[in-house]
Amino acid sequence: MAGKTLYDKLWESHLVREEADGTALIYIDRHLVHEVTSPQAYEGLKLAGRPVWRVDSVVATADHNTPTRNWERGLDGITDPVSRIQVETLDKNIKEFKAKVYFPFLDKKQGIVHVIGPENGATLPGMTVVCGDSHTSTHGACAALAFGIGTSEVEHVLATQCMVMKKSKAMQIVVEGKLGTGVTGKDVALAIIGHIGTAGGTGHAVEFAGSAIRSLSMEGRMTLCNMAIEAGARAGMVAVDDKTVDYFKGRLFAPTGAMWDKAAAYWRTLVSDPDAKFDKVITMKAEDIVPQVTWGTSPEMVTTVDGKVPDPEKEINPVKREGYARALVYMDLKPNTPIRDIKLDKVFIGSCTNSRIEDLRAAAAVAKGRKVAANIMLAMVVPGSGQVKAQAEQEGLDKIFVEAGFEWREPGCSMCLGMNEDQLSPGERCASTSNRNFEGRQGAGGRTHLVSPAMAAAAAVAGHFVDVRELN
Amino acid sequence: MDKFVRQEGLVAPLDRANVDTDAIIPKQFLKSIKRTGFGPNLFDEWRYLDKGEPDRENAGRPLNPEFVLNRQRFIGATVMLARENFGCGSSREHAPWALLQFGIQTIIAPSFADIFYNNSLKNGLLLIKLDPKIIDKLFSETNANTGYRLAVDLEQQTVTTPSGESYSFDIDPHRKHCMLNGLDDIGLTLGHADEIRAFEAKHKVSQPWLFS
Repeated sequence: MAGKTLYDKLWESHLVREEADGTALIYIDRHLVHEVTSPQAYEGLKLAGRPVWRVDSVVATADHNTPTRNWERGLDGITDPVSRIQVETLDKNIKEFKAKVYFPFLDKKQGIVHVIGPENGATLPGMTVVCGDSHTSTHGACAALAFGIGTSEVEHVLATQCMVMKKSKAMQIVVEGKLGTGVTGKDVALAIIGHIGTAGGTGHAVEFAGSAIRSLSMEGRMTLCNMAIEAGARAGMVAVDDKTVDYFKGRLFAPTGAMWDKAAAYWRTLVSDPDAKFDKVITMKAEDIVPQVTWGTSPEMVTTVDGKVPDPEKEINPVKREGYARALVYMDLKPNTPIRDIKLDKVFIGSCTNSRIEDLRAAAAVAKGRKVAANIMLAMVVPGSGQVKAQAEQEGLDKIFVEAGFEWREPGCSMCLGMNEDQLSPGERCASTSNRNFEGRQGAGGRTHLVSPAMAAAAAVAGHFVDVRELN
Repeated sequence: MDKFVRQEGLVAPLDRANVDTDAIIPKQFLKSIKRTGFGPNLFDEWRYLDKGEPDRENAGRPLNPEFVLNRQRFIGATVMLARENFGCGSSREHAPWALLQFGIQTIIAPSFADIFYNNSLKNGLLLIKLDPKIIDKLFSETNANTGYRLAVDLEQQTVTTPSGESYSFDIDPHRKHCMLNGLDDIGLTLGHADEIRAFEAKHKVSQPWLFS
């Protein structure tokens, strides 16, 4: 019998029951809740008179609508009344239905749900983690089975502690070799999406493996798993190693003492067996990956920093050709334009993809002693959580950013999707460390180029894209 | 949710791949704490020439005459033809809510994104995957024939064209059962509450740190 994949192990250890046709009930250990996708779910519970099955599985925060400045004004700092109602509705729902912990707007530990989970040990290896947010795949970096769900499923998990689902196929993406200087988890993620496409992982749970993946820090692995959904995979994951176990030691909700030893021993079994069989295996070489920049309106529309905007006429597939042509019109780019010649208006460093301490350190290392270029009207850094912000300030990163001309903001999702006032105006072009370059994602008519934090900082000081590896 | 057994309706062709949920319902409309009222803002940035806001009246906003759902011959469409990877992006259930509330009951495409697929079926919006070659043919027929309609039968798992050609599609038997009978999962799952409790007790013994 073939060995088991990490996915098999996580699935089997949470299987409550399974029908003959494969429809299964999967037990959920951690339910992360935020203000946007939960109100209708709590309303559903109320209408049906159902309680929350397991209150201590729920960890909640407000992140999507919260402003990134004017916190001294309290709730009045949320200028949009509709946003404010949503944030206040979460307050009310958590007060009524309770949670293990709630980091509300203005709390010192508030932050993006996918940043606060791991940093508090609220996400642990071996867990099943869900959240009404597609970027829940992030938590797979902790060797957890983590995936985004819709609001009906949020209500279902609140009421039953389970998900109704069928097992996905297993895919392994192996990146072997040594990543070059200036090449980050973000570049690996974008290179993979460029290779397999935004539907390449559809129907699959993806395990990222290989020496290049193991060389990534936990933060880098979170960036990579975060973008598994951009490759179509609902779940991405990385096996446990020393880095995983070390990362959780001393975290707020991590076990301690004898319980820690027992947990850590179990966590170390959370690796795919050497003879495990995957339905699909993709192999890439680390040495082939260089800093990436997206040029279009889908994350698969990506090239290298030394590349050029493609010519749609050279694309054979008619649906793709038309998609490319439409993207170039939206992005206001001409075929064959060198990526380095693309001038920018704004720079956004933040989001659940790239707002952790390592990301801010990488961006600060580039910004240090330099100035944001005159043509950049706004360069903003939005830490992923209050804890990341405090850590960065302790290291003096905030001063580096401010001296260079960046704005240093309060934590939240911010301009990744612009549900608060941090948005692009029509026609504005932004180098962004977020995850989606869809039309209108960062603001109606806004043009997004996805890059790593170091590449975003380099673009801010140059005013256009530059190869971060060429900066001294 | 409402039952879905069969439907027959006007077809609108949305001829682009990777239609994402940000396009289906832009972020500003996710601020609502209700489940209804999303229909007028379906595809807001493509449908209208100005920017929509959640507290704004939509009647009288300038429409984009080029957008397929605004074209006279597709007004009243209840079946949508689409391309690969429809519904990619965020997990917002507001996307299927907006489509249903606009009047779309069935979407036919070569492939759909996973989360969107689940969200749609849980709300009674039927998503049908057909071979890309058949999709190409349906696009041509829709474009060539004004008033082109398709009949969808979930019980028989078929899509039938006006000329009588019939294509069968696959659907998970559990999901089909729920859609045909308008069942939501919560009640069904709670029928297994004892098994969930038994699992939980066992889980607590094997991984006690998850319960501390």
